[in-house]
Amino acid sequence: MFESLLLVSTKYSLITGFAVIGFTMWISYWLSEKLTHGRIHGSAIAILLGLTMAYFGGLFTGGSKGVVNVPLLSGIGLLGGSMLRDFAIVATGFGVKIDELKRAGMAGVTALFFGIFSSFIVGAIIAVMFGYTDAVSITTIGAGAITYIVGPVTGAAIGASSEVIALSIAAGLVKSILVMVMTPFVAPLIRLNNPRTAIIFGGLMGTSSGVAAGLAATDAKLVPYGCITAAFYTALGCLLGPSILFIAVRTILPG
Amino acid sequence: MIIYGVALLSICTLAGISIGQILGHLMGLPANVGGVGIAMILLILISSYLNKKGYIDAKTEQGVEFWSAIYIPVVVAMAATQNVYGALSGGPMAILAGVMAVVVAFALVPVIDRMGSSGDKTSDNASKSTSNL
Repeated sequence: MFESLLLVSTKYSLITGFAVIGFTMWISYWLSEKLTHGRIHGSAIAILLGLTMAYFGGLFTGGSKGVVNVPLLSGIGLLGGSMLRDFAIVATGFGVKIDELKRAGMAGVTALFFGIFSSFIVGAIIAVMFGYTDAVSITTIGAGAITYIVGPVTGAAIGASSEVIALSIAAGLVKSILVMVMTPFVAPLIRLNNPRTAIIFGGLMGTSSGVAAGLAATDAKLVPYGCITAAFYTALGCLLGPSILFIAVRTILPG
Repeated sequence: MIIYGVALLSICTLAGISIGQILGHLMGLPANVGGVGIAMILLILISSYLNKKGYIDAKTEQGVEFWSAIYIPVVVAMAATQNVYGALSGGPMAILAGVMAVVVAFALVPVIDRMGSSGDKTSDNASKSTSNL
């Protein structure tokens, strides 16, 4: 019987994904209403539930793709994969006001550079604190703090060990997950409630998945503004990481 | 028709991602350079142009709006596919590096917001004067 169910869920994987995620959303909005009286947004709870399911998916199967490692739930991978994610993000752009973009454009570019440099410096300092002394490892871990894509791209380009590359990916993942979870709670403190700060936020955080989910849990109207700057972050990081950031670390290090 | 909206969205997405991919290739990067952002800008510009010409009716709009509304469930599905276990088992250094990067970035949001707001008035005036032209 299980095998016939498995057959249906793999053949109709995307449909299974819709059903499971729909159910998750329903539980989340119910919890939001009953337990928090709507103070914690339903989508924030849904994202937390998703991350929790992903944790157990990884724990029980040893795979690296969260619930997708569970055969019955593979359709969630298609629903949450980059194709549909990017498609839906672009769709949110439909409601964007061009004036808002123009007005905050410069602030967005400033935020991109500040975001990359600050994340890199923080990551590199922590690498040094934990005893790394070679420029290659320090740069790779710093690049991981930019995003989990910049870390391995930089590490591969400058010849880091696979152990250090794995650490840089983990640092980037922690960042991305934390942005998803924390943004709705920090938003009121940093005035993240208008298009301008959303554009700045996207540029500073940069992790596309983190920004996309964090803003969705805060205020869905802000999503396109944050995602539009975040879209340029990883590429800029990949450009700067193995070049000027690596050279800077090599220059600063004694000996 | 609804499919016109979905097709418009598809064309903008494909064009944006392709431009990003080509830019990445030209710059020698193994990454897509702003594909999603370029796609969004294309959608904003093309849809406002078509809107002015009166080509976009309510049904066409619905084709885009459905995907915009399905965005949060897609993000929840994305959250469920993250390597959370891998991130948490990366050890204290990876966790600390990730946490501190986020803390610093959060703290910088109001800083950059204020940095720009002194110059904001001039850019406001500039945009007003251009719109008056």
